[in-house]
Amino acid sequence: MVNFDRFELSNGLKVLVHQDLSTPMAVVNVLYDVGARDEVEAQTGFAHLFEHLMFGGSVNIPDYDEPLQLSGGENNAYTTNDLTNYYCQLPAENLETAFWLESDRMLSLAFSKKSLDVQRKVVCEEFKEHYINKPFGDVWHMMRDLAYKVHPYKWMTIGKELSHIENAKLEDVKNFFSKHYNPSNAILVVAGNVQTAQVQLLAEKWFGSIPSGIKYHRNILQEPAQQDARRMTVKRNVPMDAIYKTWHMASRLDQDYYTTDLLTDILGGGASSRLYQALVKEKQLFAHINCYHFGSLDRGLLTIEGQLVKGVDMKQAEDAIEEELTKAREHLIDDRELQKVKNKTESVMAFEDMSVMNRAGSLAFYELLGDGNLMNDEFQRYQQVTTSDLQRVAKEVLRESNSNTIWYMAN
Amino acid sequence: MLNRSEAPHIKDAVEYKIGLKKPDQFKLDNGVEVYNVQAGTEEVVQIEWVFKAGNWFEEKKLIASAANFLIKNGTSNKSAFEINEFVDFYGAYLNRSCYNETAVVSLHCLTKQLEHILPLVQEIFLDATMPEDELLIYKQNMKQRLAVNLKKCDFIAGRKIDALLFGEKHPYGVYSEMDDYDAIQQDELIRYYQSYYKNGHCTIFSAGILPAKYQQLLNKYFGQLPFNKNQVTNVSHPMFPSTQKKWNILNDPDGVQGAIRIARPCPLPSDPVFPKLQVLNVLFGGFFGSRLMANIREDKGYTYGIYSYLMNHIHASAILISTEAGRDVCEATVKEVYHEMEQLRNKEVGKDELLLVKNYLIGTLLGDLDGPFHIIGRWKNLILHGMDESHFNYYVNTIKTIEAKELKNLAEKYLNPEEFYELVVV
Repeated sequence: MVNFDRFELSNGLKVLVHQDLSTPMAVVNVLYDVGARDEVEAQTGFAHLFEHLMFGGSVNIPDYDEPLQLSGGENNAYTTNDLTNYYCQLPAENLETAFWLESDRMLSLAFSKKSLDVQRKVVCEEFKEHYINKPFGDVWHMMRDLAYKVHPYKWMTIGKELSHIENAKLEDVKNFFSKHYNPSNAILVVAGNVQTAQVQLLAEKWFGSIPSGIKYHRNILQEPAQQDARRMTVKRNVPMDAIYKTWHMASRLDQDYYTTDLLTDILGGGASSRLYQALVKEKQLFAHINCYHFGSLDRGLLTIEGQLVKGVDMKQAEDAIEEELTKAREHLIDDRELQKVKNKTESVMAFEDMSVMNRAGSLAFYELLGDGNLMNDEFQRYQQVTTSDLQRVAKEVLRESNSNTIWYMAN
Repeated sequence: MLNRSEAPHIKDAVEYKIGLKKPDQFKLDNGVEVYNVQAGTEEVVQIEWVFKAGNWFEEKKLIASAANFLIKNGTSNKSAFEINEFVDFYGAYLNRSCYNETAVVSLHCLTKQLEHILPLVQEIFLDATMPEDELLIYKQNMKQRLAVNLKKCDFIAGRKIDALLFGEKHPYGVYSEMDDYDAIQQDELIRYYQSYYKNGHCTIFSAGILPAKYQQLLNKYFGQLPFNKNQVTNVSHPMFPSTQKKWNILNDPDGVQGAIRIARPCPLPSDPVFPKLQVLNVLFGGFFGSRLMANIREDKGYTYGIYSYLMNHIHASAILISTEAGRDVCEATVKEVYHEMEQLRNKEVGKDELLLVKNYLIGTLLGDLDGPFHIIGRWKNLILHGMDESHFNYYVNTIKTIEAKELKNLAEKYLNPEEFYELVVV
């Protein structure tokens, strides 16, 4: 059970306070309700590039990192298709430093040309390092484009292509900031060795005078139900073949999301999972195979990816996957197997909650979903899942007509 | 009116008193030492069985890592699947990792499930069978993984720099080829398991919220095993560092980045100079605000990230600079790395920057010591290096007191380009 207090400033900034006196540290987590899904197709990768620019100096403070490091703190940030999250941890006595820094960059950035020029290059190198210069690195560009025809999940957070980042202009940066970076679009979580009254004072002092801005209302076209299976085959300079399959699944707040999550665990979550046991160990068609999803807020993708043992025929490998999916659709999963994945989930959640930083990030995430308290109901929602739910979801999701398949072949 | 240009007052992190919470320490009936940190907010535990079974002791490549990997892939009574199914059912994580001197089996689970799992861990230490069919799958899958890795410039560079520093025959520099996987024999693994696990030398490190009667529980399952009967024979491995300092390797003609590794040997972690080098390293390339990062990423944009490290081996250490940079700026990146070495050799670090580094180090150390798993991790590192609490306190004191002049002296001694291996792999 994670306890917290919650209040809202008059400019719309939501503030959550989670006290843990067992640590000498404080965590300040600022989540902005903007991700790659808020970009337009002609200018992708912008939410992520912007995250880099948030460290390039704000209106009154030339450098974000230096004062934080001087106060004994460290920080990082990440951008997903759904959101952008900034977090720092520092000795609790120096909590105000984090308020000073975070509030100034919420107020306004310095918009330095130098910072934009450099970070464009840095992000291009990040793009190359992870998505070009790696075997199988380009697969998710293709898969997202195949699986989504309407929804902005069709591109990756890093962006569709290098040129979108290379061409970003300072004007675009300013517009993006005023549209998305304001108190009404943010959630502040303060956690660790802190007092709510103290956080209230600091929040008023540093964030209270920031204009609320115009609340951004997201208007995203949702992906229509897929009617026909989509397939593509690519040849690349890789040492062996791999197969990637995805199916559209429930959105984050749907009870079926939890069922799907447990289903991925049954199919491909580790050493005792069905796909691993049948296809890696028994039939030895795959060197490895996984089943997972991305935890997307809108309808995401249940994914199976596997790397074939050299010499195995792709069709035979895909049929073997299909055989396991047929079992999941046609036969009730037994109670013990369901209990197993529930036990695993309970354990994972306990380990995740060990660190104050994770707890702060989770609280911000659930507040974005609508209520920080959802964090405490999460396991309950997994507990409700029954074996017949699993079978129903397997039938609904793991349909051929809902599927996208990439044969990634060695040339 | 709020003055946003003025930083709030801070307490300098160097003013914090930092201590390392002592673990409970006891011995099992067979002499196995146990270190335990009982603390935490969640009902979870972590137990690590650390064996002197790393690749330092193998007589043939890959035997140590293969034995470590296959230790939980079958006993006389249970198949690999049954073991995995059992562990998963209780929501536990039973992992294994092989290092140079040590090889580890680790368990993470909810406190309430611990008693269910321990008998299985005992069975693995008494009766692992290293089944032939599991070995065949292991070889096949590891060869495929190697084939994929061999396409990556960072992988090639990572193993090559170790080989340059220590020699390909040394446990720190050795790397595997396809043939080495083919050559692994089941009976070699069984022999290795018998000598270095079942009848080997074990130390236990645990942390979290341990159940009542934890000591009796450990003694019941592990105190009667044939561990620690024999003295571990001292093996020594001569090093054969490369005589050629500069290397350029073209691995992928279409590569858009190069993996850069620049490294030289340095004193051991147990050497009094090492903590001082740790401070120098942080200033040079050990954190986001370092000289290397500020210049090569934040000013020039040549890379997504660049770091320097001190290796943490027991018998030999090294300073390593590591980055992936755009193919056309690799040369410029190397030049800038040397330029930053030169700056540190020629000019004392300013007062403000030094205070920043010190505060950052102490502040993050304070955060790193947060929680039982981190605390036992520190102790494990100290104990495995034959060090104790005084080394930790010396490290903290070094951070707090080291002066600019001494850092400059260290840079003059350890940051000379001509003493570094320089490797670029595209």
